[in-house]
Amino acid sequence: MARKLPKVDVVIIGVGWAGGIIASELTKKGLKVVGLEKGKERKTEDYFMVHDELRYALRYEMMQDLSKETITFRSNEKIRALPMRQYGSFLIGDGLGGSGVHWNGQTFRFLPYDFQIRSQTIEKYGPNKIPADMTIQDWGITYDELEPYYDTFEKMAGISGEENPLAGKRSSKYPTPALKKTKAMELFTDAAKKLKLHPYVQPAANLSESYTNPDGISRAACQYCGYCERFGCEYGAKGDPVVTVIPVALKTGNFEIRTHSNVRRILKTGDKTSGVIYIDETTGEEIEQPADIVVLTGFVFSNVKLLLLSNIGTPYDPNTGKGSVGKNYAYQVRKGNAVGFFDKKKFNNFAGAGALGMILDDYNGDNFDHTDLDFIHGGMIILGQTGQRPIQNNTVPKGTPSWGPEFKKTSLKYANSVLTVGGEGSSMAFRHHFLDLDPVYKDEYGDPLVRITYDFEDQDRNMAKFLASKCADILKEMGADQVDYMQELGPYDVASYQSTHNTGGVIMGSDPSTSAVNSYLQMWEMDNLFVVGASAFPQNAGYNPTGTVGALAYRAAEGILKYRDAGGQVV
Amino acid sequence: MSEEHKESPESISRRKFIRNTGFTVGGLAVGGILGSLLTRQDKDSNNGKKDTHAEAGNFNEALMYFTPEQFRITEAITERIFPEDDLGPGAKGLGVAYYIDHQLAGDWGFNAREYMQAPFFVGEKVQGYQGRLKRRNIFDIGLREIQNHSMAVYKKNFTDLKGEEQDAILKDFEGDKIQLTTISPSGFFQMLRSATLEGAYSDPLYGGNRNMDGWKMRKYPGSQMAYTTIIDKDFQEVKPQSLKSHMNH
Ligand SMILES: Cc1cc2nc3c(=O)[nH]c(=O)nc-3n(C[C@H](O)[C@H](O)[C@H](O)COP(=O)(O)OP(=O)(O)OC[C@H]3O[C@@H](n4cnc5c(N)ncnc54)[C@H](O)[C@@H]3O)c2cc1C
Ligand code: SF4
Repeated sequence: MARKLPKVDVVIIGVGWAGGIIASELTKKGLKVVGLEKGKERKTEDYFMVHDELRYALRYEMMQDLSKETITFRSNEKIRALPMRQYGSFLIGDGLGGSGVHWNGQTFRFLPYDFQIRSQTIEKYGPNKIPADMTIQDWGITYDELEPYYDTFEKMAGISGEENPLAGKRSSKYPTPALKKTKAMELFTDAAKKLKLHPYVQPAANLSESYTNPDGISRAACQYCGYCERFGCEYGAKGDPVVTVIPVALKTGNFEIRTHSNVRRILKTGDKTSGVIYIDETTGEEIEQPADIVVLTGFVFSNVKLLLLSNIGTPYDPNTGKGSVGKNYAYQVRKGNAVGFFDKKKFNNFAGAGALGMILDDYNGDNFDHTDLDFIHGGMIILGQTGQRPIQNNTVPKGTPSWGPEFKKTSLKYANSVLTVGGEGSSMAFRHHFLDLDPVYKDEYGDPLVRITYDFEDQDRNMAKFLASKCADILKEMGADQVDYMQELGPYDVASYQSTHNTGGVIMGSDPSTSAVNSYLQMWEMDNLFVVGASAFPQNAGYNPTGTVGALAYRAAEGILKYRDAGGQVV
Repeated sequence: MSEEHKESPESISRRKFIRNTGFTVGGLAVGGILGSLLTRQDKDSNNGKKDTHAEAGNFNEALMYFTPEQFRITEAITERIFPEDDLGPGAKGLGVAYYIDHQLAGDWGFNAREYMQAPFFVGEKVQGYQGRLKRRNIFDIGLREIQNHSMAVYKKNFTDLKGEEQDAILKDFEGDKIQLTTISPSGFFQMLRSATLEGAYSDPLYGGNRNMDGWKMRKYPGSQMAYTTIIDKDFQEVKPQSLKSHMNH
């Protein structure tokens, strides 16, 4: 039997961005909160030796240990799902701060179109524009309604940036100015303007100057060190939960963090939850933590897994389209890229910051006419300068051998003379893309792994090709001597890194029959359980997800306080 | 490049860096690494201190896993993948085979942080590696098969072949031209290729990239504290430094 601890007001499962934000907002209001985090403690001192590409980028120092838990994957329901034995397509965060510690910091707001994609697409192009098996939905919230929460997130993290000319309205400017522009970024800007496009400096959680946020947290400016994504920031310059929201929560005296605490079940008593069961991984002991309110913030896979294992909500059935837990798993279509090789130009490719770069949204959302196109939506186009570390950046022009003298010579020649322009394609939901529990493979405790059923569709193939050719046009205009670009997207491959922008599975909406949580991320079927994260996205936009995750977390915190005062469904 | 070494931030040490930048160390966050360094006693001035890379490297150049024969074959293969040329050393000169040996002795060789539980099935390509063998087993088998294939085709040890003959053997592996029941020949070749790049370009602390020569060939500065002064400028060569330089504090 599990050892039972005294009850608390709120228990949070997973202390990353979502969990950290909820903790800071609730503890400020006097609630007693316990945060259970399966990974270890993290602090800035850990990063003394952080500029180590092998350890962090290739050996995944900061990621979940896959020997303990992974996911299984199949392209469709006809084939056997097999475990993702090694990291590839995406990386699962672990430890205090979650993936928020080793993210890049590219911090976007989704477009107004994204939130009402189904209704606006039908309104403009008619119902036949959406293929029968494409299960996209409106979010149950509009951009304007979410705007104040974006604003709060950006001020907390100190996002640097400049106005995006093609986006929704902002109530205030970015709290810090845009990062510096590199020569490559200037080249992109000039070329894009010549092509009559609308480039802007990417909004970044890498501070452009020292900054004190509304919570009174001061942080130093980014040093463009070039070891950002997959690494922790030794300066605290990267907006990360460990240096922002978590200390705020701790300072109230109302927040207790328990690391090495792996939650296995959410307890259900009637139509309410009464707390959670977790394992103290340092002793192996099973512990029950009772709580009035449970907040599930363990990222997409843990969120779906814990609901299904705990028999909470209605599991999604791809045959009938009914049920919601596991529904509308989506991703990011990121391979629509072009690479440009410059014979006479050299850039400081070794330097950079996780979110340093130029963006344009001329081919994102419905910012361009889709009447004659065989896809909807699109994606942002980016020229990023994150710092090209040498093991993972040896791009050579098409036709060059991949080893031997020619490879060596050519890879060295272009080390500082190759630039990539990429399309960050949106990912629409489809009826047969979903998450459920694997029937065969188990985690370290014998619980089933989450199973992903997913592949690229015509929508994705057509969109990626379109974006790749636009990227190539820009690189040609930038003066690249050779431009290689994606010709065919191919099937989704779990073994090659694309992005950790997994979404869906516990989606939000205004209708309990087609969504799992309401617009405050409160479970329709369980009033005192909130499920927060990109799991709430009904489909994914053409941007990185975390700005929107942060905004939703602030909104969920408000919902939790409303529930605490009034009970019941807060919408 | 005439602008080399001009106004580059050189290898600023951490302490020097902190002294030079006028950080207002106000917040909770910067208390981290910077804080602990700032409060450290200024006990030595490192500027004149001799670099001890070379000596430390020598102790490391012994084998943790390979037999001498495996080591020699690995050295020969990786040199074909990343050969010495007029730009600088190849895999052999960079110590890549030592790097691979040391890696096989640890977590990577044991696939320690990967999901290795049964059942094992042959999967689709898009499902990634599904074998039951660990990397150290794959190297044992793969190196033996390279040697076998070399004996079968040329009746000579792999290490005694001419360069082009070695390439021909490697191409047969790369293109799955030979049949093996135990491992995927192309999978093994790809593992060799990526391990070679790792050994050429990882921090010298791991036994490869000897003397930071891998970095120097591509003008990669290694681990620098900051690029704030050059980030918006034209390309600049910055003298590389490794993680060891951070231990001088
Ligand atoms: C290399 C990389 C770069 C990225 N760059 C960007 C970017 O530039 N822009 C962007 O928008 N997004 C980026 N992302 C994605 C971004 O990191 C995530 O969207 C974000 O961190 C999600 O926050 P979260 O709180 O929902 O989940 P996480 O940050 O993943 O946190 C979840 C936490 O819950 C814990 N947990 C899970 N299950 C349990 C359990 N059963 N019991 C206890 N604890 C549990 C985990 O250990 C983890 O700490 C990147 C991701 C990666 C990996
Ligand atoms: S690039 Fe900037 S924000 Fe990123 S780790 Fe380096 S100093 Fe920190």
